[in-house]
Amino acid sequence: MGRIVLVTGVARPLGGRLVRRIRRDPDVDRVIGVDAVPPAHPLGGAEFVRADIRRPAIARVLAEHAVDTVVHMDVTGTPLGSGGRASVKETNVIGTMQLLGACQKSPTVRRLVVKSSTSVYGSAPRDPAVFTETTPPKSLPSGGFAKDAVEVEGYVRGFARRRPDVAVCVLRFANILGPGADSPLAEFFSLPVMPTVFGYDPRLQFVHEDDVLDVLMLALDEPRRGTLNSGTFNIAGDGVLTLSQCSRRLGRPTMPVLLPAVTWLGSALRTVGVTDFSPEQIRLLTHGRVVSTVQMRETLGFAPRFTTAEAFADFARSKGPGLLPPELVAKAVDEVAAALPVRRAGDAEYQGAG
Amino acid sequence: MADAKVIPFDDDRSRGGAQRPSRRRSGGAARRSAERAAAAGDGPVREPGAAERRAGRTRGTRDGGARRMEAAPEPLPEDRPEPRPEGRAEAASAQGGPAAHAPGAAPQPEEGARGDWDRRIAGGLAFLRRRLTGDYEVDEFGYDAELTDQVLMSMLRPLYEKYFRVTVKGIENIPAEGGALVVANHSGTLPLDGLMMQVAVHDNHPAGRHLRLLAADLVFHLPVVNELARKAGHTLACAEDAERLLRRGEVVGVMPEGFKGIGKPFSERYKLQRFGRGGFVSTALRAGVPIVPCSIVGAEEIYPMIGNARTLARVLGFPYFPLTPTFPWLGPLGAVPLPTKWTIQFGEPIPTEGYLPEAAEDPMLMFNLTDQVREQIQHTLYKLLVQRRSVFF
Repeated sequence: MGRIVLVTGVARPLGGRLVRRIRRDPDVDRVIGVDAVPPAHPLGGAEFVRADIRRPAIARVLAEHAVDTVVHMDVTGTPLGSGGRASVKETNVIGTMQLLGACQKSPTVRRLVVKSSTSVYGSAPRDPAVFTETTPPKSLPSGGFAKDAVEVEGYVRGFARRRPDVAVCVLRFANILGPGADSPLAEFFSLPVMPTVFGYDPRLQFVHEDDVLDVLMLALDEPRRGTLNSGTFNIAGDGVLTLSQCSRRLGRPTMPVLLPAVTWLGSALRTVGVTDFSPEQIRLLTHGRVVSTVQMRETLGFAPRFTTAEAFADFARSKGPGLLPPELVAKAVDEVAAALPVRRAGDAEYQGAG
Repeated sequence: MADAKVIPFDDDRSRGGAQRPSRRRSGGAARRSAERAAAAGDGPVREPGAAERRAGRTRGTRDGGARRMEAAPEPLPEDRPEPRPEGRAEAASAQGGPAAHAPGAAPQPEEGARGDWDRRIAGGLAFLRRRLTGDYEVDEFGYDAELTDQVLMSMLRPLYEKYFRVTVKGIENIPAEGGALVVANHSGTLPLDGLMMQVAVHDNHPAGRHLRLLAADLVFHLPVVNELARKAGHTLACAEDAERLLRRGEVVGVMPEGFKGIGKPFSERYKLQRFGRGGFVSTALRAGVPIVPCSIVGAEEIYPMIGNARTLARVLGFPYFPLTPTFPWLGPLGAVPLPTKWTIQFGEPIPTEGYLPEAAEDPMLMFNLTDQVREQIQHTLYKLLVQRRSVFF
């Protein structure tokens, strides 16, 4: 008998892709997608149940379908459609509580996978340069999505204590990027001119959507030989990009703003609705955050296909050129080089140097 | 101090094979410097000002190398050609000789000069192109090797060579490969000593090693400063970061005196403060890397701190606010450091791999090792002070 998987948050593009992906898994009999709103994209033959995970009805869904694997994807930073920050927070926190309560009552659930975020580490100048899964944050996130994620993880830990027979896997994803990314950071990178914090160049890490799906598939299956897929894992692509590199590779100029003004500008932009520039987002774009992925490689046995730079390049391609595309800048530099009289003799050398 | 008096002036003997002049970079860079010198000897080519400036820089190191060589009583190592070359061009090509082949540098100086300029400009443009398109790498600490080599070190070098005229001794005590923890004294109100130590390792170490400094968290609070510090390879002074760097086989520099050392009054110069809680020793032990004690003489006098405006410091959030004879009375002019003559001596490494893993948890051993490192640095400081002719020369 194959497994029965329930996925929350399928109305989002990533959730939809995950459902379609699980459908193709021969070991899985049925996939049940749950969300409060019907998805705009096809679910590839999966069953969709319109249920709000903030209501106890979710327990009935679990019992009715005898679900054995739950993938909780409905922990996100952006509201879907209408609704503001309050409803997002409620879905994240109350939704998780309800879902975990339902799982605790369900005798059939064997495995729980929760999508979390590396923002639980916060971002402070006094933090070590690289976070491991056990690093205690120096300053807990004070609000926003990061605080939701911290609370969600707290409830999940409590659940894991109460139901030791359920394998619980918490995946802390770095900033998810890719052609269909809808995170606040992706919105930020879509601004024609990116406001940055003057005097800070944060280190950022990205993980590609395809890798997100791969690692979720790995986590909801039985562990492979020699690996363990329950526990908490940081998921990020290899390598690091600084914000200045990102802006140059995107070809979008930056506008450095003094830190106090950034907070003000952020709230102004949020009011206008251009982008969700939450305080936690500003902290990330001030101090940056890098996580260690040793556990992901050695314990979980997962090797991402995209490095941070490749994930970003894929995202940049989908965004189209900015105001200063890198190709144009490079061409301009080459033209300057061609205009210099000195250089002509050293053409061959230049090719070598370039 | 009693010991220090019997140490003869030519302590350079202890440096063994280190008498060869500072070889700043290997490979193509050496060749370029050779050709650059050739260009300078040839008279004005295209940008006379720049050529002169560069020539001056080359000459500066040559002189520094020569001076140190004269101080050395032993015969020169065999791999060096005749010790006193005539022209600068030849000298430079001799310098480049062992590191890289310099084809056609000496025979056709004019041709070489033009080619060199073209290559320099082309290299600069290629660098600019990479920077502007974001096509460069940083490591997980934010260390931007290319920017550090090409820009940040070049910005610090005049200070290092011309202003403080740093003499480096015992660079061979830093291993050519594998991790090492360089522990140095800290002084001078502003952490210039750390930066000079970084340039010293970068420009003098034969294996071209980079020193990764551990900095106070204040550095990472300040805008601009934190950005530059990260790009220059510095990171926060915490056990996690230090151990991560050491396990990657990097040379890590730490100044365990911290603010107690850098912000001590002038009357206590060259008296080492408490070495923190000795966390650096347990980190080195856990990573199994040697500890290299380093003594820096000259940094204490750059800003003679005669007072500390505590209230102002508290208001500004700094650990101290220095009052020197010139600062803040002369405004920005008072912030110019005094041009003291510096000596940086790297001492004999203290091995740590002989200890068991649980030794890092043994407080008694930690205290003993900390004291050993501290004593060695203090002793070398006294020795160097006795040898010093004057603060400024």
